Amino acid sequence: MGVRSWIEGWPVYRQLTGTDPLGRGAAAKSDGSRALTARTDTADSVARSVCPYCAVGCGQRVFVKDGQVSQIEGDPDSPISRGRLCPKGAASKSLVTSPLRQTTVRYRRPYGTEWEDLDLDTAMNMIADRVLAARDETWEDVDAEGRPLNRTLGISSLGGATLDNEENYLIKKLFTAMGALQIENQARI
Amino acid sequence: MAEAHPVGFQWVMEAKRRGAKVFHVDPRFTRTSALADSYLPIRAGTDIALLGGVIRYILDNELDFREYVVAYTNAATIVTEEYADTEDMHGLFSGFNDDNATYDQASWRYEGHSQTQTTRDSETQRETAAGLENESHGAPVGGQTERDETLQHPRCVYQILKRHFARYTPEMVERVCGIPQDKFFELARAWTENSGRDRTGMLVYSVGWTQHSVGVQYIRTGAIIQLLLGNVGRPGGGVMALRGHASIQGSTDIPTLFNLLPGYLPMPHHANHPTLDKWVDSIAHPGQKGFWGNARTYGVNLLKAYWGDAATADNDYCYGYMPRMTGDHGTYQQVLDMIDGKIKGYFLLGQNPAVGSAHGRAQRLGMANLDWLVVRDLFEIESATFWKNAPEIETGEIAPEECRTEVFFLPAASHVEKEGTFTQTQRLLQWREKAVEPPGDARSELWFFYHLGRIIRERLATSTKPRDRALLDLAWDYPTHGPTVEPSAEAVLREINGYDVATGRPLASFTEMKDDGSTVGGCWIYTGVYADGVNQAARRKPGSEQSLVAPEWGWAWPANRRILYNRASADPDGNPWSERKRYVWWDADKSEWTGYDVPDFEKTKPPSYRPERDASGVAGIAGDDPFILQGDGKGWLYAPTGVLDGPMPTHYEPVESPVRNPLYEQQANPTRKVYTHPINTLNPSPPEPYSQVFPYVFTVSRLTEHHTAGGMSRTVSPLAELQPEMFVEVSPELAVERGLTHLGWAHLITARAAIEAKVLVTDRLTPLRVDDRIIHQVWLPYHFGFEGLVTGDSANDLFGISLDPNVLIQESKVGTCDVRSGRRPRGAELLALVVDYRRRSGDLSPHYPPQVTTDSADSGPDQEV
Repeated sequence: MGVRSWIEGWPVYRQLTGTDPLGRGAAAKSDGSRALTARTDTADSVARSVCPYCAVGCGQRVFVKDGQVSQIEGDPDSPISRGRLCPKGAASKSLVTSPLRQTTVRYRRPYGTEWEDLDLDTAMNMIADRVLAARDETWEDVDAEGRPLNRTLGISSLGGATLDNEENYLIKKLFTAMGALQIENQARI
Repeated sequence: MAEAHPVGFQWVMEAKRRGAKVFHVDPRFTRTSALADSYLPIRAGTDIALLGGVIRYILDNELDFREYVVAYTNAATIVTEEYADTEDMHGLFSGFNDDNATYDQASWRYEGHSQTQTTRDSETQRETAAGLENESHGAPVGGQTERDETLQHPRCVYQILKRHFARYTPEMVERVCGIPQDKFFELARAWTENSGRDRTGMLVYSVGWTQHSVGVQYIRTGAIIQLLLGNVGRPGGGVMALRGHASIQGSTDIPTLFNLLPGYLPMPHHANHPTLDKWVDSIAHPGQKGFWGNARTYGVNLLKAYWGDAATADNDYCYGYMPRMTGDHGTYQQVLDMIDGKIKGYFLLGQNPAVGSAHGRAQRLGMANLDWLVVRDLFEIESATFWKNAPEIETGEIAPEECRTEVFFLPAASHVEKEGTFTQTQRLLQWREKAVEPPGDARSELWFFYHLGRIIRERLATSTKPRDRALLDLAWDYPTHGPTVEPSAEAVLREINGYDVATGRPLASFTEMKDDGSTVGGCWIYTGVYADGVNQAARRKPGSEQSLVAPEWGWAWPANRRILYNRASADPDGNPWSERKRYVWWDADKSEWTGYDVPDFEKTKPPSYRPERDASGVAGIAGDDPFILQGDGKGWLYAPTGVLDGPMPTHYEPVESPVRNPLYEQQANPTRKVYTHPINTLNPSPPEPYSQVFPYVFTVSRLTEHHTAGGMSRTVSPLAELQPEMFVEVSPELAVERGLTHLGWAHLITARAAIEAKVLVTDRLTPLRVDDRIIHQVWLPYHFGFEGLVTGDSANDLFGISLDPNVLIQESKVGTCDVRSGRRPRGAELLALVVDYRRRSGDLSPHYPPQVTTDSADSGPDQEV
């Protein structure tokens, strides 16, 4: 290493003589940090998304590498959020990649004291059985005066405010056809 | 707002930089207060008194924006002489019925209108939360009204308003709210000075306003001020609801709510809507003005979207398949029914009522008494594990080996693992692209419900039961893709938008819908989101390349309109009120409305248009009637029908209050929804004895670092680290009074529960002088529960269940409690403590405060104020 490159390798020298007088950019870089690349640069793809927390609707860019979410950042194009995210939105990557996420079906039988495993298909069929049974047991055709009711009050549902419009639409459509009236979400709360 | 909607708050700061003055009213000094120009501490539950004071200040000093008020509001409309005000009725309006604690709204009607033509009585409206139908339009009322545009007629709305708010003086505001008069005047002056042709003011609220037994009237009071000052339908104006979940607006528009169908159509009621004709007439209300005259079209398009080819004119488009309401089927009624063993199965879809709903113990005991429960979530939330980890395990109220509820936990896909639209708080739909596949068994709700429907329909394929026809005839053929057989969200969005049956062409606007079955549309107010076959919600033209309105970012309902009722941004003649506030105006050369936004008006109807005397529907709207979804085309300072607790807001104390109402003999909202269930005992309030057993006011809200019931934040390590513990904020004065130590423990007790929290002694909370007493308030975050990385007692356990009569939302922003030093007792001793408080505050039988606290409800002037 020559004297010149030795001196130029000294950050204070670069800070005093270069274009970075505050020492917050190029002047502060080491060989190691110069070689670093942002995860956002090496992503395989970017999805345009929206923050899942409150209803402001901040734009998010979801960076994907090898089929995994590698980073989530605010979308600077969004006229709502201009690239900003709050502490929750900024923690979205931790949310979706959290090791606490449950990724398999869990089943607790009546009077059970522990969770058990259950196959997803089996669970779907068991739920369909129970929905139909509850509906049959509590079905009301007509009221006391013979006016139609077409319903079950044996089934309830709560949730929707964190879900997509398309999901809410199918939920309401299916439950309505089923005669299940007691469908509610956070908008009531 | 800085605390719970931080990124939205950047626009408040932007406005402040440009000279706007920011006021913050809150029981507790927050991050918003720190950045505001002025902070007003307020006693929780008294906002109507404060806002009523502002209304009085406006009217007494004639500071209203008179041209706007006369032309665009119902200030000039004359009300029938049968109407009697709270001024003369000890705090009740005319028409109160003691038997069922509701109003007959007939005496509130406009002069010249027949007795109310509404098909439903007030009790049915309360039971079915009918106020929610008005989210996109006013209640039905005849279009033709008698008016006195000099505003001098003693029974015109302007004069009625003036009398109604006469007693909301600055002294009274101080007495009720604890806000010093100089602070009140500072607010009132700034608000009124910022009104007129050149200036507008904006009002922002959140669930701090809605979660009250008189919540709808809070917002009504704000709306009255904004109408009086000409701040509605204009840029920089409005009443902005900051909602708290990513698509809670969408789940109201396309409702997973018991009393609504998509686009604010009412769920049919067994007695009032026996036929399609009766149903649509109850919405269209023949004779009223505006776009709801087309209710039949919207209804038929929904039925066609649901039942497709099976829905024909001959069978009333399968209207007969619809389930019918008979009363209150809301979430709190359901929970009490679960405790009583009436409900068999319960789905929880990204919601955690064990922590997030009022009266957590009732929620958990209800879930412990089901046949089965399906929880679909990202994490094992409290509502999935109540049977082994709830606080009731320790008290012995739930024992796993005795709890019969069968629980299915199905992992859900996250927001990056599925595609679809969220509707944010300003009605803007934004499409999300899918980034990755969901892990393991995790699936979208779209997948779950599509396949549940598919399996159920397969099971019933050979059924001959009439009840199964609605399922078998359901239009349920959605294209699927990928290894998990995921249904196409875009196909569902296209159905929501609507299309022409013969050609499949997506509709561009709800005005293209037909009522003859030739078009289909799942949610009429969303028509246009798929115009031209393009997913308009996916548009992402950078904000920096667009006007401030940014019309090419996403899509807003209705018709991509960003400010509703924006015809009001022009004067009656169609010219901008001022250059500074130019937004939408009449272009006389082209004979059309134009501007920066999509005009909220028929494009070619000139300002000079005047309807024929008996015109109704859209033709009844005059060229200077901006409020095109109101039955009379006007902004309502006074609601002649539809608001169940009165045509104008009135200050009532919260159901649990340490204070006798200083304004009226009537203590609390007389029409509130009451549940007399043994589990729902309430703390006594004046004029009843023993209210001093629960001497303190508590309120709850969010922290920036957590989200609602914590299911998406206490499970996330960076957020859990930032706010790791349940705590209670108390003032230094209260800390001395109750012997509380900073960073020590305290417990809070109500008639429902006792919870513990770490103590944060802070002058963010101010003791307030109310009616010559000092009232202490404490504040708690409501995010904590017993699962996740960080845990703590749940603040919502403290609340009882009392609901607003219009929308059946619970009062969970204010209650009374006692505060004691140290940790709460455990196990049986915990129950004994709560029982002891109940004994000391009256007796052990369930307690419900009286609905009416005035002896002379229907005659005589007030003797005392």
